Amino acid sequence: MKLIQKAAGKSPWIIHYDCNSCNGCDIEILASLTPIYDAERFGVVNVGNPKHADILIVSGSVNYRSRRVLENIWREMPGPKVVIAVGACACTGGIFSDCYNIIGGVDKVLPVDIYVPGCAPKPEAILDAVVRATEKLVHKREELAARQAEHVAKLRAKDPKGGRNAEKQ
Amino acid sequence: MEDNSFNSLIPFGPQHPVLPEPIQIKLVLEDEKIISAEPAIGYVHRGLEKLAEKKDIHQSIYVVERICGICSFMHALCYCQGLEELTGTEVPPRARYLRTIWGELHRTHSHLLWLGLMADSYGFESLFYQCWRIREKVLDIMEATAGSRVIISANILGGVRRDIGPDMLGHIQKTAKEIADSLRDIEKVFLNDYTVCHRTQGIGILTKEEAYELGAVGPVLRASGVPQDVRSLGYAAYGELDFEPATETAGDSYARTKVRLKELRNALSLIIQAAEKIPEGEISVKLARKPEGETVSRLEQPRGECLYYIKANGTDVLSRVRVRTPTFANIPALLKMLPGHQLSALPVILLSIDPCISCTER
Ligand code: SF4
Repeated sequence: MKLIQKAAGKSPWIIHYDCNSCNGCDIEILASLTPIYDAERFGVVNVGNPKHADILIVSGSVNYRSRRVLENIWREMPGPKVVIAVGACACTGGIFSDCYNIIGGVDKVLPVDIYVPGCAPKPEAILDAVVRATEKLVHKREELAARQAEHVAKLRAKDPKGGRNAEKQ
Repeated sequence: MEDNSFNSLIPFGPQHPVLPEPIQIKLVLEDEKIISAEPAIGYVHRGLEKLAEKKDIHQSIYVVERICGICSFMHALCYCQGLEELTGTEVPPRARYLRTIWGELHRTHSHLLWLGLMADSYGFESLFYQCWRIREKVLDIMEATAGSRVIISANILGGVRRDIGPDMLGHIQKTAKEIADSLRDIEKVFLNDYTVCHRTQGIGILTKEEAYELGAVGPVLRASGVPQDVRSLGYAAYGELDFEPATETAGDSYARTKVRLKELRNALSLIIQAAEKIPEGEISVKLARKPEGETVSRLEQPRGECLYYIKANGTDVLSRVRVRTPTFANIPALLKMLPGHQLSALPVILLSIDPCISCTER
């Protein structure tokens, strides 16, 4: 378990969803993966399947139609997970917040961990967010492991002979 | 013999690894063969046309720029040209040249971006990375001249916001030549590589008649042999520069790649020409009067012809802005190309029209 925790902090996989953006943020996210900025040196790989991903990068504000898709992607990701909102739109709704079809920023729908302001933010800012997300991911994993250990200890105290069965519950 | 084939319905998207943007295509397949395709859109609809009616004419520039982040400059230019026509404002020549330079820089970066995505669609990752590496040079120029990498907001009504100094113009020319040199390497791969040709030649054919009848625009139309390019109307400074629309006749994905490679070279040569010929003088003027009446403004975006309908009522707030974007016009052509191909050819065909969904849905 320790080994997995340690390794996961060094190779977080990301998934990117363009929620309702103008493309400006998307191409900057893609640019931060390409050789000049090279996010892959932090062990980051861009994947298409939410079930493989630890970090969700969202660009653009949420509208009534993309809301369900965004929620589905988030739900399918295994925990612990980190959400990054890239761009003014994803943070607050930005220039689109007055539009009739817009719900608002990503935090109206999902718990956002890291906000990257800017329209469009520079790849350096996105890289910084990814690095911070990695730290946060490690932190969240540790918390989760601690909670699990606590839970097991409680079960043990209740039923000392439970052994493996107790752990399973 | 019993027929074992059966039809299946596959939803492609809205979240899919090859799609940079959310669009859903519902495919009816017979085994692996595509029988019909139907797009479902609305995932990126924001309602920007309505928003442009709420803001005043100067604020609306920033709204129309955010219709699409890739060709943001062109959207603003089209909008500004429409309003300048309505108010009878004469744009100073230097501003027209600066607009041409920025416009062609946008075309360069957009086409390089597309080439990268196209390479990615058939799984050629290193080529994708090479294209994007070259593209960074253009973005650096953009940042140095206008202060931002993708949404540069250089247009204002009656001209441009910033001047480009002589040193910078020299640097732009030098960089354009460098890019043209590095293009040679990737061109070789796109045009001669066995695997690449195998994935693009004969895939997604659109004949000349079909392209014309379905109202395709831009590189899709020109790859089918119709030499139609709005730049030949001579807006901005195109009338004074030397250029020819790039055309091909095969009408498949390979021809579309070729057209875009040619256009890249054209764009670079236009940048060099414009930087040489640029006259001295003012870069912007005030609008002559308040806009009144209606107009249609057109220009050639990297993806094809873009059309703005603007209706003004003599105040600072417009009564209607309607945008017809190039991808919207190309979707019927896309649906025509798909049937009969294998499912594995779908990403290539889809990307060969250079879809920009956020343009389409606004
Ligand atoms: S923050 Fe700006 S660049 Fe990013 S999606 Fe919104 S409008 Fe586009």
